[in-house]
Amino acid sequence: MTVTESGSTEAAPVELVTLTIDDVEVSVPQGTLVIRAAELMGVEIPRFCDHPLLEPVGACRQCLVEIPDAGNGRGMPKPQASCTLEVAPGMVVKTQVSSPVADKAQRGNLEFLLANHPLDCPVCDKGGECPLQNQAMSHGNGESRFIDQKRLFPKPIHVSEQVLLDRERCVLCQRCTRFSEEIAGDPFIALLERGAQQQIGIADGEPFHSYFSGNTIQICPVGALTSADYRFRSRPFDLVSVPSIAEHDACGAAIRVDHRRGKVMRRLAGDDPEVNEEWITDKDRFAFTWSSQDDRLRTPLVRDPDSGELVPTSWPGALAVAARGLAGKPAGVLTGGRLTLEDAYAYAKFARVALGTNDIDFRARALSTEETDFLASRVAGRRPDVTYAALEAASTVVLVGLEPEDEAGTIFLRLRKAIKRGVKVVAIASHRTRGAAKLNAELLQVVPGGEAQALAGLQLGEQDIVLAGERLGQVPGGLTALTGLAERTGARIAWVPRRAGDRGAVEAGCLPTLLPFGRPVEDAEARADVAAAWSVQQLPATPGRDTAGIVAALAAGDLQAVVVGGLELADLPDPAAAAGALDAAEFVVSLEVRRSDVTPYADVVLPVAPPVEKPGTFLTWEGRPRQFETVLDTGALPDVRVLAGIAEELGAPLGVRTIGQARAELEELGLWDGARPAPAAAPPARGAGPVGTVTLDTWSQLIDDGRLQDGTGEYRATARPARLKANAGTLAAAGVEPGAAATLSTPSGRAVFIADVADLPDGVVWVPARSEGVHVRALLAAGFGDRVTLGPADGGEGA
Amino acid sequence: MSTLRETLWDPIAGFGVTFRTMFKKPVTEQYPKEKVPTAPRFHGRHQLNRWPDGLEKCVGCELCAWACPADAIYVEGASNTEDERYSPGERYGRVYQINYLRCILCGLCIEACPTRALTMTNEYELADDDRANLIYEKSDLLAPLLPGMVEPPHEMLISDDHHDYYRGKTLPIVEADS
Repeated sequence: MTVTESGSTEAAPVELVTLTIDDVEVSVPQGTLVIRAAELMGVEIPRFCDHPLLEPVGACRQCLVEIPDAGNGRGMPKPQASCTLEVAPGMVVKTQVSSPVADKAQRGNLEFLLANHPLDCPVCDKGGECPLQNQAMSHGNGESRFIDQKRLFPKPIHVSEQVLLDRERCVLCQRCTRFSEEIAGDPFIALLERGAQQQIGIADGEPFHSYFSGNTIQICPVGALTSADYRFRSRPFDLVSVPSIAEHDACGAAIRVDHRRGKVMRRLAGDDPEVNEEWITDKDRFAFTWSSQDDRLRTPLVRDPDSGELVPTSWPGALAVAARGLAGKPAGVLTGGRLTLEDAYAYAKFARVALGTNDIDFRARALSTEETDFLASRVAGRRPDVTYAALEAASTVVLVGLEPEDEAGTIFLRLRKAIKRGVKVVAIASHRTRGAAKLNAELLQVVPGGEAQALAGLQLGEQDIVLAGERLGQVPGGLTALTGLAERTGARIAWVPRRAGDRGAVEAGCLPTLLPFGRPVEDAEARADVAAAWSVQQLPATPGRDTAGIVAALAAGDLQAVVVGGLELADLPDPAAAAGALDAAEFVVSLEVRRSDVTPYADVVLPVAPPVEKPGTFLTWEGRPRQFETVLDTGALPDVRVLAGIAEELGAPLGVRTIGQARAELEELGLWDGARPAPAAAPPARGAGPVGTVTLDTWSQLIDDGRLQDGTGEYRATARPARLKANAGTLAAAGVEPGAAATLSTPSGRAVFIADVADLPDGVVWVPARSEGVHVRALLAAGFGDRVTLGPADGGEGA
Repeated sequence: MSTLRETLWDPIAGFGVTFRTMFKKPVTEQYPKEKVPTAPRFHGRHQLNRWPDGLEKCVGCELCAWACPADAIYVEGASNTEDERYSPGERYGRVYQINYLRCILCGLCIEACPTRALTMTNEYELADDDRANLIYEKSDLLAPLLPGMVEPPHEMLISDDHHDYYRGKTLPIVEADS
């Protein structure tokens, strides 16, 4: 298990304590628990409640050891729980290895635990990977002396739609309740009743709706907590486990993927002390069925010119058609934010080498040129500066345009850990969210759009860190204020994008002004550098169009063709306009895992592999590379192979055909050490959005109906209810009763929500960006910071 | 050099064996025209047993698959629901396959079975000219319905408490209407 005291590079001098365990003298750092000290010298003391990342509690009493000398010359009269006992100089510890007393105590305790434990092993999901089963074998008696009726509870109860609890299997170690309270800050489950009836439970009507509930299933040392998803699905021995990286956010959480017969059965948290320790969000754990849905693309499709239908075609045929369609036309590339670093690199190279353009952008969302400049000058091609460990060592962490609980679960848990060490969290937001409350965050309340001013007024020191989410890029002057703050105060800043591939796309050069690793397009030296590495004569020298520019140029006919990676039109600032632009485009090549809303406009659809079926690398928000290998070998092609195929047909070979070659080239290119572009001095003012009565604040909650969460019934049921939040005055001014349905509308459309009163500034409403069937961007063509009209719901439409 | 005895006497002695055997009872088994019963504990084809009410004993625990040295067994478990119950308790074996091309009939699987769902019969005729036919599905392996058994899915007929099945409770005797 994880030993978490990795901290930072400076190693504080540790005071060592020398004690004797099983007649062996060992020296361990002061404050070490006896159970851990024994572990270090190779003696495994059986335990259930002890977990290195949780506070010691001594609940299960399994780790009893004999202490003939507590370090003061006197022995302890009875066996002691080694998981709550700190080492002391001169202490003598005798574990079950050398002490019959400890051995007998452990055997006795295990017999007690098993007295009420049902013989469920054949039907229990934990069977085969169960600490209780294993330790009953290694440290228990072969036979039970208990002949009475075991305590029975009615079979599993749902503590949430996803998490099931078999109370009779529980050994009351409280790992789950301690995790929920200490780590996640969601104390929805607790010990109820007393004596033989003692059990874990929830309050009436308060299900275990924590974003991190899946971790309790994994750390349960018996099979008491199981997931509805995985229940009775398979056995540990028929699973093949492969370490991988979660594809849902920019945190790069380590996961373990268990598969059987070409199908992923479950995902577990990996163990990476540097990144996610042993915890992952429920999204990382349960949302993996998206790539095996019925709309998965398996063969290339080409639009038949006569019938207008997409018809299955051979790979060589489809690549030839794609190349013929792209040849000679001015074309742009939209990659989306879900690509791995290698695939993003292939797109970046494809645009420059095969299409001869810098019209490439990964941002499938609202964006600004200010953001482009910020990414070029402050993000791309830099070594990790702010890391997870740095968050713990900071003095204040400021969150702006970022809701870590929803958008970056691993950062949220790290900050939860950090606040226990005295780190102060300041949230610049429209209201105090549940996540901010759990971080004990000081709220700097702003109206969406006012972040820049709030940043300009901040007083920070060099020990402070500002984490800026991608919404700050939509605030005019926001990122400029952030840069200014860093220069003014010396505080470190980090850009935390929402999607797993965003940071990788920045580094790979999927931006109109950037070549790989921060090389500016306009810098002749940088261009020559890349051209040499790519063995081409020259690269296009003028900066290209960004996503908005590409969409506008397609609509206007300035661009005639476009290559679209994995993006959703509904995420773009104006989905209808984007659809119109694709419709107007003469030739659309779509590289997709599943049929998407781009497919109807595509002339050639080329199926690509989802992350689980290919190797790759995600860059975390820190810039840390998180490499993973293929889990399922299905033969699906990565984007890099497909793009190489088109490029060859175009007569401009890409030079890389495999992930391995792309990795090697990236390695060879290395970081840019030349000059960086200075950010534009005056940020452009915000374009005129829809006119309305209130300002919209919105972001995607962790669990919503995003495309990467398709096919997960029980998990989706644990989503937070989609409520509109505004203060009482705002609601009253719009004529909306709290608890009643309210409408948000723009000229493009309307969306209906149930309204709740919350502590927002006047004239601001918050709604989840996507909730079951209600996609704010698609319905309203408005997003964060836009003006919308709030009114009572008149029609019968429900949200 | 062979001796005189080997050259002259031994061939005649050999025919003596033939001659004597002509008067003995033949040991040839006339299989497949006549079938000889096996030993009672012969390891033959497997059978998935049922409870007296017809519910399946298999809970889909996969311990048989785990025990199998030849990797001949494939099991997938699933949940019983209120509407569709195949076994007492929560779990049943949704998929059960034994590949007799691999099976070595060693019997470790039936030793592993915690519910006595899997036993072996004395049937030994496991040959076919099609490999696919030798992968036996659950439907091929399930024991035939005896009188009183009802084909699942159906609710628990012996007792509402699935533990009673394992305690050996049998079907309540219902007096026939006269």
